[in-house]
Amino acid sequence: MRAQTRDAIGRAAAPVIVGVLMLAGWQWVVSANDIPPYILPGPLVVAKTLWVDGPSLLGSLWVTLRITIAALGSAVLLGGALAILFAQSRLLERCLFPYAVILQVTPIVSIAPLIIIWVNDTFLSLLVCAWLVAFFPIVANTTLGLNSADRNLAALFRLYGASSWQMLRLLRIPSALPYFLTGVRISGGLALIGAVVAEFVAGTGGAETGLASRILEAGYRLEIPRLFAALLLLSLTGILIFAVLSWIAQLLLAHWHESALPPEE
Amino acid sequence: MQALLSLEGVGKTFRNGTVALQHIDLAVAQGAFVSLLGPSGCGKSTLLRIIAGLTPPSSGRITWDGEGVDGAIGFVFQEPTLMPWASVWENVYLPLRLAGKSRSTVRARVDDVINAVGLSGFARVYPRELSGGMRMRVSIARALVTQPHLLLLDEPFAALDEITRFKLNEDLLRLWHERRCTILFVTHSVFESVFLSDRICIFTPRPGRIAEEASIDLLYPRDEALRTTQSYAEQCRDVSLRLARASR
Repeated sequence: MRAQTRDAIGRAAAPVIVGVLMLAGWQWVVSANDIPPYILPGPLVVAKTLWVDGPSLLGSLWVTLRITIAALGSAVLLGGALAILFAQSRLLERCLFPYAVILQVTPIVSIAPLIIIWVNDTFLSLLVCAWLVAFFPIVANTTLGLNSADRNLAALFRLYGASSWQMLRLLRIPSALPYFLTGVRISGGLALIGAVVAEFVAGTGGAETGLASRILEAGYRLEIPRLFAALLLLSLTGILIFAVLSWIAQLLLAHWHESALPPEE
Repeated sequence: MQALLSLEGVGKTFRNGTVALQHIDLAVAQGAFVSLLGPSGCGKSTLLRIIAGLTPPSSGRITWDGEGVDGAIGFVFQEPTLMPWASVWENVYLPLRLAGKSRSTVRARVDDVINAVGLSGFARVYPRELSGGMRMRVSIARALVTQPHLLLLDEPFAALDEITRFKLNEDLLRLWHERRCTILFVTHSVFESVFLSDRICIFTPRPGRIAEEASIDLLYPRDEALRTTQSYAEQCRDVSLRLARASR
């Protein structure tokens, strides 16, 4: 047991030590070469800026986060529904799947201006952009999962005269759950990226500005420490989203799926 | 004794042209324990799927006596084929659930069959926490829960170790005796088929035909002691020779 605890501490400590060393190196490079903060601020200056500008940056983060969560939510609902439609009808899948792929491979920066023109409401236009980036992994993964149900189990369902609704609800959806959750985890990060990219294209201005606009604005004004602070908040948010979604997946799969089992002794 | 089902000239040719089964005539008596014995790939599993209605035959016909097929068949695959996300109880309840029966009306029935296969106390457990033999017991319980007239087993114990297999063989005989169902059992083990059945259909390699039939005149109930008797050894020897002849 004690060896186990030591192992766990060791695993957690390794990346932390690397991080601290890198921060120290960064600070040393900045101080030793007298690099001005508008070129490269040291970690201490960034930390100070984060403390001072924190409240206003958090306000902007909330704007971005709202778009991200709304985009992820609609990606889960619409992506899941689309996958179920695809799984019910091969014809529909063949007809529509190529267009889902086209939407996925078109760089969002190139269509974001159009969407921003077409959709009047700022929040809604940004939401559409983020959704376009986020929905595909959920559709693709869930469709795969729905079609991966054990064949013998499906034969058993047929033998007992299961309706297609029972087949879907009791067999295909549970089989698809691990795939779906993987899709959601990928989409979580993508929704944030989509929201930030869309904000970049939409530019600054407007009463409520997201974190991306703050990064742009700080760049224009050569307030590089603030840019770094905003960037840091953005990565922390991404990590948090991933962690929360992983935790939910773990919770839902804990009692049955291989991926959620503790490592073997 | 009356035939539960009869097959006349049943054949199966797959879409790629492979002939899996040729002209199978078989009448299964009510309450019989019939083994289909043959080398791997001889189409005996396909025959089981045809009888279950999972695959249509390419030729021939199947006639059922009286009540017909509906709800009257239990099927056990080579793999336990359980739903990993559902507990033992929910897995066994599945056929009844698909038939629209509520949990409260069939609770006793599901509990009974779980106890009958020797899994009392494991109802709330998930499949991954069980050994291979116990998972197979769940699969058998699920097949029995609808009280089928006919139980189809497709090499159910092939993946298990010998000790577990022997134990499950005996338990299967006990369940067959208690529940008075008819069993069709696919296997490629001579010893297993002789121990279990009162009748063995010996298949040729692909395309599968029934080359010979052997009736096993060892008295039921059979138990562990039978495995070491002279008469069991002789029957095994006889069936082995016939199987070798059929495979030539």
